[in-house]
Amino acid sequence: MRLELRGITKRFPGVVANAGVDLTVEEGEIHALLGENGAGKTTLMNILYGLYRADEGEILIDGSPVRFEGPGDAIAAGLGMVHQHFMLIPVFTVTENIVLGHEPTRGRVGFLDRRRARRKVEELSARFRLEVPPDAVVEELPVGVQQRVEILKALYREARIVILDEPTAVLTPQETEELFAVLRSLKASGRSIIFITHKLKEVLAIADRITVLRRGRVVGTTTPAETGEEELAAMMVGRAVQLVVDKPPAEPAGPVLEVRDLVVRDDREQVAVDGVSLEVRAGEIVCVAGVQGNGQTELVEAVTGLRPVAAGTVRILGRDATRAGPRAVLRSGVGHVPEDRQRDGLIATFTIADNLVLNTYDLPPYARWIVRDEEAVVAAAEERVRAFDIRTPSVRLPVSTLSGGNQQKVIVAREFSRPIRVLVASQPTRGLDVGSIEYIHRRIVAARQGGVAVLIVSSELDEVLALADRVAVMYRGRIVDVLPAVRASRDLVGLLMAGARPGAEAAAGG
Amino acid sequence: MAELDDPHREPGGVEVLPEHEEARAAGEAVVREPTGFVEIVTGRGWRETVLVPTLAVFTALLVGALIIAFTEPGSLAAWGRAGRDPLGALAASARAVGAAYRALLTGALGDPGRYAEAVRSRDPAEIARALGPLSETFVVATPLILTGLAVALPFRAGLFNIGGEGQLTAGAILAAAAGFSLTSLPGPLLLAAVVAAGAVGGGLWGSIPGLLKARTGAHEVITTIMLNFVAAFLALFFLSTEFFRRPDRTDPISKPIEAAFPHLLGGSLRLHAGLLLALAAAAAVAWLLNRTTIGFEFQAVGANPDAARAAGMSPSRTYVAIMALAGALAGLAGANQLASVTPSLTPGFSSGFGFDGITLALLGRARPVGVVLAALLFGALRAGSRSMQAATQTPVDIIVVIQALVVLFIAAPAIVRGIYRIGARPARAAGGPA
Repeated sequence: MRLELRGITKRFPGVVANAGVDLTVEEGEIHALLGENGAGKTTLMNILYGLYRADEGEILIDGSPVRFEGPGDAIAAGLGMVHQHFMLIPVFTVTENIVLGHEPTRGRVGFLDRRRARRKVEELSARFRLEVPPDAVVEELPVGVQQRVEILKALYREARIVILDEPTAVLTPQETEELFAVLRSLKASGRSIIFITHKLKEVLAIADRITVLRRGRVVGTTTPAETGEEELAAMMVGRAVQLVVDKPPAEPAGPVLEVRDLVVRDDREQVAVDGVSLEVRAGEIVCVAGVQGNGQTELVEAVTGLRPVAAGTVRILGRDATRAGPRAVLRSGVGHVPEDRQRDGLIATFTIADNLVLNTYDLPPYARWIVRDEEAVVAAAEERVRAFDIRTPSVRLPVSTLSGGNQQKVIVAREFSRPIRVLVASQPTRGLDVGSIEYIHRRIVAARQGGVAVLIVSSELDEVLALADRVAVMYRGRIVDVLPAVRASRDLVGLLMAGARPGAEAAAGG
Repeated sequence: MAELDDPHREPGGVEVLPEHEEARAAGEAVVREPTGFVEIVTGRGWRETVLVPTLAVFTALLVGALIIAFTEPGSLAAWGRAGRDPLGALAASARAVGAAYRALLTGALGDPGRYAEAVRSRDPAEIARALGPLSETFVVATPLILTGLAVALPFRAGLFNIGGEGQLTAGAILAAAAGFSLTSLPGPLLLAAVVAAGAVGGGLWGSIPGLLKARTGAHEVITTIMLNFVAAFLALFFLSTEFFRRPDRTDPISKPIEAAFPHLLGGSLRLHAGLLLALAAAAAVAWLLNRTTIGFEFQAVGANPDAARAAGMSPSRTYVAIMALAGALAGLAGANQLASVTPSLTPGFSSGFGFDGITLALLGRARPVGVVLAALLFGALRAGSRSMQAATQTPVDIIVVIQALVVLFIAAPAIVRGIYRIGARPARAAGGPA
């Protein structure tokens, strides 16, 4: 099946989301749609999927024009979509989710035929090598498997073209590899894939052709053979982008954050951090690398006072902070960029200005005694919006009106505007576009140059390798090795993350 | 403005979620539905905060009119002959509704004719008589303002206080004890002691569910409901003790308290200084919420307790503080009643003010100004309903029905939006960025 979009234009009040977009997807092709957040990728796909109607332009399938009044028409025409946020019912089983809406039935009354449903799911699963447990409840499955369920759902509805919206945003490196294998097998079966992303490495690894969108327009179409990361980044952002952070050699001073034999339990009372010792010195960046769920979250929560310490000690600036609460930790000079910015970092309904003082609202000049000084808050916010390049028409708008990248800049601006000596940042650039990543990385390096001790937790290998002066690899609650940046190669760190002990070489470095 | 071409964001700060895109593409405008509890209760924009509550009250009054039309004997009899005389039936209904609502209005605000006469006569007694209904409206509204605030304040921090009734009773127990035992104090001091005791009693009672939530995670809806019963039986127990019980009576009634709010407009009108206390409390709550760091914490915890905690605030401390404050407000309502219209504590003392507070907080969109306006409205309905019953035999219970309908329409705004076709703000009207 060959898909063609011609001259698609979509206007929203005051904004043109897509301006004359042309896109052709051949049968059996993996076509990457690349662009920054807000470039118009999602709008384009929503038009294709029948969720929006284009103001101008047409959609052709195998050369003949089609009109989609809703997703139902798009599905009937052979399109399938895997949304970034999965559309699964958490308490249903894998089989139930897959057949939902097109359930096999028997009898005139239409009883649900669970056995046939299960058989069809197993069949599909085997044919495309998408392993899923058909009877498992979806909420108990890792995200990677949930995503496979979404893909199976599209295949069950006989999709010939599968659209994947930012599919790797929630995946570990291994899961990403597995997804790519699945995509290749889909391609081999003659299906086409539209792969929406802003990650350059992935595009180059998996795509047959790449179309880059910027500000609602097609900037160009190319192939991985003809281009490279640098060029793609420049196409996306509209200017040359520095992918490698410029970083003078570290000149670390004394230890500022000292963690000794730390044991932390998770919400289910299981040991999540199992005797971790780690030290971050002033003026250096230590990155904790690891696949998500190996205790990094609990480690950061314990250090920042959000989670009780079961055993061991935490010292900040030489003072014991093992039992300090979040406020005491923050006020002792620790900046914290939390892993889940929506949940822990921001209050969505509060204004940008209020979010910028979320942990200093009760200090002068923002408050005298218990009376808040709104003007001081707004004045400070306006200054920070300028200094940190937060794109918004007004600091009095709710922070939820900002894009992900700008929301993260609000958090970074808030933490970097306090006098901090330690910075603890979890997944500081997750889900952000290239421009924002570059910006936040530069700020982190600048903080390190200013003598701040930086602890970064990231499951993005690229980020770890770009920023770290030392890399601590965490696996199953323990730090398996601490490597200086020069010895932290992609392969070695990747192996350690997967739990392998690559022989004497690593042991010597530990 | 590079970020503005995200389809999930409309200029002007209105967020459109993917699930609404289908409806939007079909030409319907969809505004992001509020998802958080606080957002739902407080509403956003003038449509939700002003228009929907106003229309809810209006609709409830319309339904109330229908009920009157089909229950009032004269109107009912006319409908029996509707086959022969349909216009007559309609006219009879209109007469019945008109008479009832006119009586309600004059019973709440006073009779214009009477006002005119009173002004002409320049007789203070006449003027006072004309002002009587209005005075009663304010007298009923006073405790309603306080219990409404006792529910509205916790709403803002994401807590649902159903314990206003119990907190009012607990405050009244302590206030009564102060009022009849500290009689050696001079008048004004005794009054201050009664008011303070009411706030302390209610505050202590309110802090229990706050503490339980902070320490054990027990849901405040359950604990506050249960504590209502405990407080009611506690009152009954105290009324059986020597200390409380009025010696000359066999029924459970306390000794009368010896402090009373000064009347504001002379002795013949019941309007008293408790109203000023209630208005001051409303102003204080508004100030606390909007101007202080404490209010900032309350609202932060209400909107996102995880982010509040990560930013160094203490949700558990906030829960205790807010419930204690709410209890104190309800307790003030108890003290207010003791120091004005019902100077003795009895088992049925509260007469449901604590529960009415929930209606008022919802109608007032959890905002102090809204609560005051809602309390004045319900004070007027309550005060007017008595004259309505006297003049037209329409039972006062119709007011309870109207009150219930108001809650229904506020809690399910889709009904009101559907009836008046105002629900969604057209996407085009959202306008450009500010």
